[in-house]
Amino acid sequence: MKNILKYTFAVIALGFVSCEPEFDSPVTESGFYSSGTADLSKYVAVGNSLTAGYASGALYITGQENSYPNIMAQQFGFAGGGEFTQPLMNDNIGGLLLGGNQITENRFVLAVGPDGNPGPVRLVGTPTTDITNKLTGPFNNMGVPGAKSFHLVAPGYGNVAGVATGTANPYFARFASNESTTVIVDASNQGASFFSLWIGNNDILSYATSGGSGVDQTGNLDPSTYGENDITDPNVFASVYSTQVEILAGQGAKGVLVNIPEVTSIPYFTTVPTKAIPLDAATAGALNAQFAAYNTQILPGLAGMGVISPEEAAFRMLNFTAGQNFPITADKDLTDLTDILQGPPFSLPASTAALLGKLRQVKADDLIVLTASSELGSTPDPNNPQGVVGVSIPLGDEFVLSKTEQARITTASMAYNATIQGLAAAKGLAYVDAKSELAKLSNGGIPFDAGILTSQFVTGGAFSLDGVHPTPRGYAYTANMIIQAINNTYDATIPKVNIGNYGTITLTNN
Amino acid sequence: MKKVLVLAVFALASAVTYAGGYRVSLQGNKALAMGHTGVAVVNSESVFFNPAAMVFSEDKFSVSAGVHGVFASIAYQDPMTGANDRTKSLLGTPFYLYAAYQATDWLSVGLGIYTPYGSTVEYEKDWVGSHLVNKIELQAIYVQPTVSFKVSDKLSFGGGPIYVNGSVNFNRNLNRTLTDLDGNRSNVTIDASGVTGWGWVASTMFNFTDKFRMGATYRSEMVLEAEDGDATFENIPNSPLTPFENTSIDASMPLPAEMTVGLSYDFCEKWLFAFDFNRTFWDAYKSLDIDFANPAIPDSKNPRNYKNSSTYRFGLQYDATKMFTLRAGYYFDESPVREGYFAPETPRNDSNNFTAGLTMNIGKHLQIDASFLYSHFKEINASYNYYYEDGIAVPFKGTYKTNALIPGLGLTYKL
Repeated sequence: MKNILKYTFAVIALGFVSCEPEFDSPVTESGFYSSGTADLSKYVAVGNSLTAGYASGALYITGQENSYPNIMAQQFGFAGGGEFTQPLMNDNIGGLLLGGNQITENRFVLAVGPDGNPGPVRLVGTPTTDITNKLTGPFNNMGVPGAKSFHLVAPGYGNVAGVATGTANPYFARFASNESTTVIVDASNQGASFFSLWIGNNDILSYATSGGSGVDQTGNLDPSTYGENDITDPNVFASVYSTQVEILAGQGAKGVLVNIPEVTSIPYFTTVPTKAIPLDAATAGALNAQFAAYNTQILPGLAGMGVISPEEAAFRMLNFTAGQNFPITADKDLTDLTDILQGPPFSLPASTAALLGKLRQVKADDLIVLTASSELGSTPDPNNPQGVVGVSIPLGDEFVLSKTEQARITTASMAYNATIQGLAAAKGLAYVDAKSELAKLSNGGIPFDAGILTSQFVTGGAFSLDGVHPTPRGYAYTANMIIQAINNTYDATIPKVNIGNYGTITLTNN
Repeated sequence: MKKVLVLAVFALASAVTYAGGYRVSLQGNKALAMGHTGVAVVNSESVFFNPAAMVFSEDKFSVSAGVHGVFASIAYQDPMTGANDRTKSLLGTPFYLYAAYQATDWLSVGLGIYTPYGSTVEYEKDWVGSHLVNKIELQAIYVQPTVSFKVSDKLSFGGGPIYVNGSVNFNRNLNRTLTDLDGNRSNVTIDASGVTGWGWVASTMFNFTDKFRMGATYRSEMVLEAEDGDATFENIPNSPLTPFENTSIDASMPLPAEMTVGLSYDFCEKWLFAFDFNRTFWDAYKSLDIDFANPAIPDSKNPRNYKNSSTYRFGLQYDATKMFTLRAGYYFDESPVREGYFAPETPRNDSNNFTAGLTMNIGKHLQIDASFLYSHFKEINASYNYYYEDGIAVPFKGTYKTNALIPGLGLTYKL
């Protein structure tokens, strides 16, 4: 009797031990996935806003949680990966404070306006991330929003005191190990077994998003003289980039290098159409009449005088028709006619001369930036309803990325990418052709289990509401393409994620 | 001691369990120990298994009550992505209470209270399949007044009405990605309790000899019509584009009809063999549809499209001593889930089930009934193909492995 009870309980106890269902080969078992010849135990990611998880115009917690390095690190966890830490923001609002004063804007959210149409607006709220509250690192994610290639090796880039004067970066100031350190030193001091480096985007991006308002610094080897919106000299890029790779790979770490995608296929440049101005026949006719002298007398006259070439004269001709029209713009790459037109033989009043000084119409191969959407068609002077931007007032040069400016970007980025690819090959590092991969987004899109990921603004799923940075789904796609390169190079079998499980844009009405 | 070993060997050699879908076949410790057979067995659990058998009982009065502890866990993994999860090992406690009274030598009356349907599954919140289910708790209590009458010593009939009182609590995320501003997943909880319905049971027993019996029992379908349940939405973004707000719901869930036929054979004085065949008419479960009262919230349609399924049950009983009766059994339980409809809220594939148990007689009137069930499910690659995003079917695939261990304990008092 006693024995029977004993045995009964023994059988029951045995049962409980084996109660947990176990797979024949559990994915959580070491060896199911392999890191191949790479050691993923300590992964450090170096880069800019893309690496940080910046999205919708700000850095915030949920964006950071969906940064591509964090997504990769979760997957690395199946193949020997270790802990992955990030300098998380304090909230999901996004803006930064410096000593209580807000210095960067809040994130965008998709809100439904009074007209019932959804559109991006800045989230209303007081951010709580003050950069004077230093975080204790180090952090595996060394992505610093706004950093250009040469910033990663710039001492003092994390000095809070330099933020106001523009010599330091507010994001890096939050977690730099000391005031004089560099991003690359703080990264390399962690002794990573594996690293990723994706830098150089901002070396052309700020030039592009500012409509080419900066300077192409090709030929200038001193980055300390560069303006915020300038294009970095490719030799400067090559020099600092190879230094960074040298440092990160120095102790035998394996890693992955990611090249620079085409910036001009992102929604920031493709959402506002070049033919942005609707006109009826009467208005088109009136405009043609108004600019008749410019087309038929001034431009041919100046060409005849040798002031401008016949090609430039033809390039600057204006023409309006009933329907959608190209807006007028001031292009700083054109010959400035303001002074000449005030003198004989034209002797135009200063205001007219200034209007015509760099005037042309936007062309089909120009790109109008996203922020122009609120500018085009606006009437900046409420007392002058005739003064319409794009029609009678030229759209500012900073809103138009001309074909010429695009060519400068392409030239520089091709040079950067040659450096990146060359170094990857020389060092035996994995190489990600992000340029080709991301080009697919605007060329048919990337199919996934619930549709197609495209670069269409708001609805395409890949790009956040700033039109530049990816959504969580876009970052998940990025993580997958990097994992693929790692798997190929190091004979690893790190599993990819299902990008359909990652969100896109955030809905919120203020 | 020797006998215990025999029992253990038998339990290993045979194998059986749990029924498919959300049917919980745990309606008596005596029956369960014998592979949940009983349609052709006369004992204190006949109120459920075959009311017609009540009238052949040797006891003037009997009452049996018991409970089973269901320790079940489901593991999920997707080797493509590494995604994995396992349900919490929740304790379900299906119970039963049967009373039977021999009113005359040809008529018995009885009452059964039992819980033949139910399901408790809880995954880690926001797991990879959370757009299909985070958690479900389904319960149905049947109350069945019963009569049984003898036509002759060979033939009897029995039956009665069944009143059912059920409840359901179901939580899932609205889709795979929607969150509020802080990244908390938008989800909905459906809650309905006190849902009632009516059905009936009818059965017959035929004794070829006093050692060889056959029986048949039919239990009708009942439909739980939840009207005015609650839908509670959580973490919904503040946007007119997501007009989800708490509202009431209408939904219905069938508790399918079940037909059982079987036989039992008394041999070598102390042995009893029983075989039951169940057919559960799961084709009643076409779709789990939730109709939200608020017209701005689209109704939720979740095709299930179950098929009728069979269970084959074998049981053996051995009257070892005056004090002990030992039992063991096996059953094979067919899943009602069709290919492509494998939803994680009731992830049932075919199972092999092994049972064992005993009754201990304490004096003339009291019995302790104990049983133990181990359900073995094969690892299965399956998918649910009827979840849609923007009109596109997004299959939820993966590998599942389920285990269930169910000890049970009951008491019988008889006169």
